[in-house]
This record gives sequence, structure tokens and C-alpha cells, in this order.
Amino acid sequence: MKNLFLIAYLDIRESLRSKWFYVYAVVFGGLMGLFFITGVSDSVVMGFTGLSRMMLIFIQVTIIILPIFILITTVKSISGDRESNVLEYMLSFPVSLRDYYWGKMLGRFITVFTPVFFALLLGVVFGLVHGGDMPWRMIGLYSLLLVSMSFVFLGIAFWLSTIVKSSDIALGGAFVIWITLLAFIDIALMGLMLQNRLDDNVIVTLAMLNPIEVFRIGAITLFDPELTVIGPVAYYLLDTLGSVWLMVYSVVYPVIVGVLFAFLGYTAFRRKDLL
Amino acid sequence: MALVQIENATKSFMGTRVLDEVSITMDAGDRIAMMGPNGAGKTTLVRAMLGFYRIESGSIRVGGFDPMKQRVKVLENVSFIPQTPPPVRLSLDELLRFVERSSGTEREAIIAEAARMDLDVQGHLRKPFFKLSGGMKQKLLIAIALSKKSDLLVFDEPTANLDPKGREQFYQLLTEIDSQTATLFITHRLDEIEALVNREITMDLGKVVNDARL
Ligand SMILES: Nc1ncnc2c1ncn2[C@@H]1O[C@H](COP(=O)(O)OP(=O)(O)OP(=O)(O)O)[C@@H](O)[C@H]1O
Ligand SMILES: [Mg+2]
Repeated sequence: MKNLFLIAYLDIRESLRSKWFYVYAVVFGGLMGLFFITGVSDSVVMGFTGLSRMMLIFIQVTIIILPIFILITTVKSISGDRESNVLEYMLSFPVSLRDYYWGKMLGRFITVFTPVFFALLLGVVFGLVHGGDMPWRMIGLYSLLLVSMSFVFLGIAFWLSTIVKSSDIALGGAFVIWITLLAFIDIALMGLMLQNRLDDNVIVTLAMLNPIEVFRIGAITLFDPELTVIGPVAYYLLDTLGSVWLMVYSVVYPVIVGVLFAFLGYTAFRRKDLL
Repeated sequence: MALVQIENATKSFMGTRVLDEVSITMDAGDRIAMMGPNGAGKTTLVRAMLGFYRIESGSIRVGGFDPMKQRVKVLENVSFIPQTPPPVRLSLDELLRFVERSSGTEREAIIAEAARMDLDVQGHLRKPFFKLSGGMKQKLLIAIALSKKSDLLVFDEPTANLDPKGREQFYQLLTEIDSQTATLFITHRLDEIEALVNREITMDLGKVVNDARL
């Protein structure tokens, strides 16, 4: 266990020295900050419903940026080290594969989530300074949704990073996964539904399996409980599950998928040749 | 019990046998020079000994342990210098911390060992390892490997980037290694270490073609 934290710590130190982290922190953290600052300050004036449009834009941005950022920065962590023989050297010291893999993952999770967390904190501080009621429930749930979405993509990225030998292929794979998931969010699904190409049940299942769509529906129900702004699939889900279960599902499902992929990656890491 | 016991180890990459029924026994105090043309399988053998590659058949034991199933036990007693210094992005300070914490090697010992090869570690602690010059990297890796308490030292061509003086200093340090420690040198320049070894193993096409005690 002590090596797990050592590996996590060193991974964080390494990330802090790299440029991608600062681009990520500025782009994403800045956006999040703006989101909460404008969201929170406006809410004092007009209440939540009037804000849907503004918030929607931010959520859409998060949906696109967060997964791809996590994927591209993480997918190289093991595959890149393997390719450059860094893995060979580091693992020639008595560190167990368990400590190494999970330590790397813990480190990445902290790196990826810290800017988001600080942005949230900034928003909260700003809201408190401005006075007025803080939408604590919304902030809490939105953070949870962000944690679980970060987690699922971290899991997928580690899995890819482990099973693939070259970091270029890992990167390509990450793009394919991202594009596929994005293509199957509500808009595309709605198109299929309208054309009657697929059975409605299939479409709903596809939506519920797609972590990006799940995040999207979860996040939007926070601000627009009637889901008037997004497609029929989301509406159908809200109708059948009810808002509480929909939220539970949106938080829990991505975590489960993330854990599953992380474990698949870990198994491959232990079973296959390391180099 | 032999320190390293390799029996009929076989490993293929993409259908080609890179290790072909290799059997070698190494004992405490063995000073082995391992030679052979490029692609003979030397690095692959070493990697299998360190638990990086799963062999298809045969068995490998290092210190009595299976390198795949008991990696940590094996690696606690092995010091390793890879063929090319890896572009580790950690600073020297962080790298030393990693070595200290994971293997219990003392930082002071590493710094002292490095100083004997004219490498000033203290002055570069905040520098990322990959920004050191090729020779400096190699010296640091050597200093780490020699400071770590091990029963087996594995050096995969450690002198490639060293200047003549660095090489001299390195060979001097090698003469001071505990006589019970086994060393496995992979090298293409036997003449340089001839005085330091007591056994020569030659590999070609994945097989041991010569194994002679001097
Ligand atoms: N990970 C790998 N995947 C596929 N082939 C590999 C891999 N590692 C080594 N090989 C192949 O195995 C053969 C032996 O390689 P190895 O690195 O063991 O040779 P070597 O004896 O160390 O050579 P050199 O003196 O050049 O260092 C080579 O043909 C190489 O291409
Ligand atoms: Mg080699």
C-alpha cells in the first residue's frame, strides 16, 4: 500500500510538470468557474428555470471536453511508459503491479478532478460572497455527476492504455470511443427513432448504456426537471424511472462501468507481457 | 541452491523463437559476460528473469522465486540497468525518493556512489532525469544499481554513453562489488571487462552457444 501512494504522488508530480495539465486546468477549470459564477449570481436574480439556456451550453461543453481531455491525457500513461521503456525501469524495482496500476490510476484521478473541484469551490465562494441562497443540492449532485463521468473515462482510458502496445494506437482508440459515444447521444438517437430504423427499446437501451448520454440527462434534469430541452429518449427515461432513480442511475452506472474497465485493464496488466 | 536457475526457457514473438530452450544456472559470485550478435535474445532473457515477459515453456527461478508470480521477491534482490536510459520525467529528487521508498536504498549512498564517477547529484535535484546528458543518466543509473543491496546485478550494456574516464571509474567501482554478489553483464566489448569476469556466455538465435568458466 505504501508504494501505491508513492506511485500516485509521483504521477501527480509528473502531471503538474506537464503542459497538458495547465491547458486542462485553464480551459476546463475556467469554464467551470464561469459556469458557477454566472449560474449562481444569476440565480439570485431570476431563479433557476430562466437559466436553462446558459447552463445547457456549459453542460454541452463539459460533455465534449471532459471525456476527451481525460482520454487523451490518460491513455498514454501506461502505453507511453511502456513504449519509452520507462515502465521497464520503474518496474525493475520491487513494486507490485497492483500498487503500480492503482497508484497510477489514483494519481490520474486526483490530477483530473482537482481543477474541477477548485472550480466548484470558486463558484461556491463566489455565491456565498454574493449572498443569496446557495443551490447546495444542485452543486452537490452536479459534482457527483462530474466525479462519476471522470471515473468512467479514466477506467476506459486505463483499460485501453494497458491492452494496447503502442501509444499511437491507444490514442486512436480513445478518439474512436469518444466519437462513437458522442454520436449516440440524444440527437442521433432521435434521428434513428424518427426514421423508425430501430426498435424504440433498442434506442432507449443504447441511451442508457452510453455514459455521456447518462451524464447529459442527469446534468440537465438538475436544471430543467421537465427535460423540455432535450430529446424524447431522455423524456422517456424520466417518465419511467422518475427523477430520483434517474439521478441515482446517472451517478452509479458510470462508476460501475469505470470500475469494470479499470479491472479489465488491471487483469490484462497482470496477465500479459509487461513490455 | 543456485541463485538463478533457468531451465529450457522458450519465448516467441510473433511466431519467431527469440529464446529457444535456454538453460543457464548462475551462482553467487559469478561474474558473467554475456555476448552475442544483435537480436540474439539477450535483452529478452534478462526481461524474462525480471518478470517482464511470460515464457511459454520451461522455468525460471531467481533466488528461488518465480519472476512472474513473485515479482517483488525477485526484484528485492536484483539491481538492473537497462540497455538505454529511459526518458523518466521525474526530477532526480523524485526518482531518488522512488528508489528509496520502494527498495530501501539510502539516498546518501547513491549520492556518494555518483560522486565517485564525478556526477554531482545534489546540484541537479530539481532537474527532470531525461534532461541529463546521456552519460550523466547512465552514471546515475549505475550509482543507483550499485547502492541497492542485491544478490544479482544485471547490466545491459551500461557503458555505451560513458566517456573514457567515466568508463574507467565505472570499472573501478565494479572491482569493489561484494564477492558474493553475482553480476551479469551484457556487452559487445569483452576486452574492456575481461579482467572483471570469470565466466563467458554467448547467445545466438535464442540459444546459448557457448558457456565457459574462465
Ligand atoms: N517486445 C517485442 N516484441 C516483438 N519482438 C521483440 C520484442 N522484444 C524483442 N523482440 C525481438 O526479439 C529478438 C531478440 O531481441 P533482444 O532485444 O532480446 O536482442 P539482444 O540480444 O538484446 O540484441 P542487442 O544486442 O541488439 O541488444 C529481436 O529479433 C527483436 O526484434
Ligand atoms: Mg539488447
